[in-house]
Amino acid sequence: MQDKREDAVLFDPILKTGKGFYLVALLLLAIALWGLYAYSLQLKYGLGVTGLNRPVFWGFYITNFVFFIGISHAGTLISAILRLCRAEWRRPITRMAEMITVLVLFFGLGSIILDLGRPDRALYVIFYGKINSPLVWDVISISTYLTASTIYLYIPLIPDIALLRDRVTGWRKRLYRILSLGWTGTERQHRRVEIAIAILAIIVIPIAVSVHTVVSWVFAMTIQPMWHSTIFGPYFVVGAIYSGIAALLIAMALIRRIYKLGDYIKPIHFNYLGMLLFVMTLLWFYFTFAEYLTTFYGGEPTEMAVFWAKISGEYRIFFWGMVLFDLIIPFAILCNRWTRTITGTVIASISVVIGMWLERFTIVVPTLVNPRLPWDRGLYFPTWIEWSLTAAFFATFILLYMIFTKFFPIVSIWEVREGRERGLAEVEERIRSYLPGLENTEGLPADKSEEAESARWGVR
Amino acid sequence: MARWGMVIDLDRCTGCQACVVACKQENNVPFSTPEEAEYGRGISWIKLMTMIEGEYPEVKVRYVPMFCQHCDNPPSVKVCPTGATYKNPEGLVAQIYPRCIGCRYCANACPYQVKYFNWYEPRWPEEMKASLNPDVSVRPKGVVEKCTFCHHRLQKAREQAAVEGRELRGEGDYVPACVQSCPADAMSFGDLDDSKSDVSKLAKSTRAFRVLEDLGTEPKVVYLKEGEWHAG
Repeated sequence: MQDKREDAVLFDPILKTGKGFYLVALLLLAIALWGLYAYSLQLKYGLGVTGLNRPVFWGFYITNFVFFIGISHAGTLISAILRLCRAEWRRPITRMAEMITVLVLFFGLGSIILDLGRPDRALYVIFYGKINSPLVWDVISISTYLTASTIYLYIPLIPDIALLRDRVTGWRKRLYRILSLGWTGTERQHRRVEIAIAILAIIVIPIAVSVHTVVSWVFAMTIQPMWHSTIFGPYFVVGAIYSGIAALLIAMALIRRIYKLGDYIKPIHFNYLGMLLFVMTLLWFYFTFAEYLTTFYGGEPTEMAVFWAKISGEYRIFFWGMVLFDLIIPFAILCNRWTRTITGTVIASISVVIGMWLERFTIVVPTLVNPRLPWDRGLYFPTWIEWSLTAAFFATFILLYMIFTKFFPIVSIWEVREGRERGLAEVEERIRSYLPGLENTEGLPADKSEEAESARWGVR
Repeated sequence: MARWGMVIDLDRCTGCQACVVACKQENNVPFSTPEEAEYGRGISWIKLMTMIEGEYPEVKVRYVPMFCQHCDNPPSVKVCPTGATYKNPEGLVAQIYPRCIGCRYCANACPYQVKYFNWYEPRWPEEMKASLNPDVSVRPKGVVEKCTFCHHRLQKAREQAAVEGRELRGEGDYVPACVQSCPADAMSFGDLDDSKSDVSKLAKSTRAFRVLEDLGTEPKVVYLKEGEWHAG
């Protein structure tokens, strides 16, 4: 029991590294280098090495962009909501969620760079940026989100970095000393960190919502059939949170298994997040159904060309694959508690992640293949370059995530301890405060002063 | 200031594609391979679109030369993140190649699909290289290009008028290469705001229509539908 309170297992990934880690890291590095080679060819010969053409000007890269930015809603948003709701079970999972966000945003932005014909001019978007363009809105919104979520990752890390500082030696000690910003764990420092977290958690939510709304507007602001839809903003945000929770569940299961954190990440976490994922399954279906029914009922010919391309035309495999992976599989697994186990939620999550990638693809490509005017119908076959770069992005993401776990605790140690030391009493007190008939059991007067109330409910 | 526009009489168009060839020559449009063209990678600022209607023996072929419609309300200009595609004061939708980042957003937003991307470094057969037009810049790989209404000709015409000490005429001084080359006289070009010009008169014809005009893009290319010869 004493040993468990030391949380030694949470420090283990940082202090010990096995052979397995290096093997996996090497494999991922090899995939990343392969992608680098593919990109060098694309830089040398131009985007002609991809499967893109006229009129299918966008393909895998833009699909990946929307997908990665969607995944980024895993972290900061979910962690912020759980913190604000004072969900005690959040404590072991917030860090891993926040880290997904910060990392995956780079891959979202990176996908845009891959897609540019002139990546050397990418900064022109800032130098000559025109505020009319939804792409400029994207740049503003995503860079704000990246900044906010990096700070939101870093601040709760400070107390943990200080814990590490006192445990290691050599260059790592120096690194942690700088990063811990002189943290000594005084009450005043604790209060400051908690105030900062509370403020950031509130700020970050509207920013996160704006991010995927603006991503959807890249499409919705044009007048192209089945892109020009008012529902796209919320539809994309729902999809983003959906894929984000799924990515988080996969990360949780992997970390739990690899770092033997079964004592911290328990079936109840998978059950709770699994229920949240189930709610998102239904919400996602609701939006998708509304979108397609409106299109179908209106029967506008240019929209119907895109509609049928998805339902029964050349993109039917992607569309029905999306329905299978985003609706049927997760619904069947998550709708009951017998299959909403760790294995069950992970299978559902993998399915959702695949399905959401297919969803992004069926939004981007079929519209471009079926433009308004009857000439120049296109087809799109991605080349090995696009496949390689997509694989390289996934591999590099996982690699960087792994490396992060080797430098920083992937479970927030001080928050877990805080939960143990203070959370229990707080929850009890909180319940007492809103249930009648329990007020006097502690000997406190029923009409508590406003001061005591705000001390309890103020910044926590 | 003039509002440059074009009228194309589809009754007169024979589908000879002289305009297509003239445009490629005039504007240094790079060559492509048959395979690349088949895959939708060919560049042709003006293309002759064909529509086959009916079945044998009651079959009819229609031709529509398609190129940048130089909209007064261009969807492509709205979305460009860097201002590389913009509407200049004379209403021409222009491209600044050195500012284009190659995101192809404009190409996706344009409902007429008249924007072209340089998938590769531009290529010409050796024998063609000597005939490149020195008035038109050669585009690098990775940028978007399209019909400019031969904007370089407008600049020349304006300088010529200045040398001669007169105003630029709304008609006759400046014509794009496609209009100049049309053997059937199907294309007219000039100032749509000049009530005496041919284009402004033709644009008022009962046969006049603009492609996808219900989208509110306000194109400055007007087509005259077939009618006089086919009588419906």
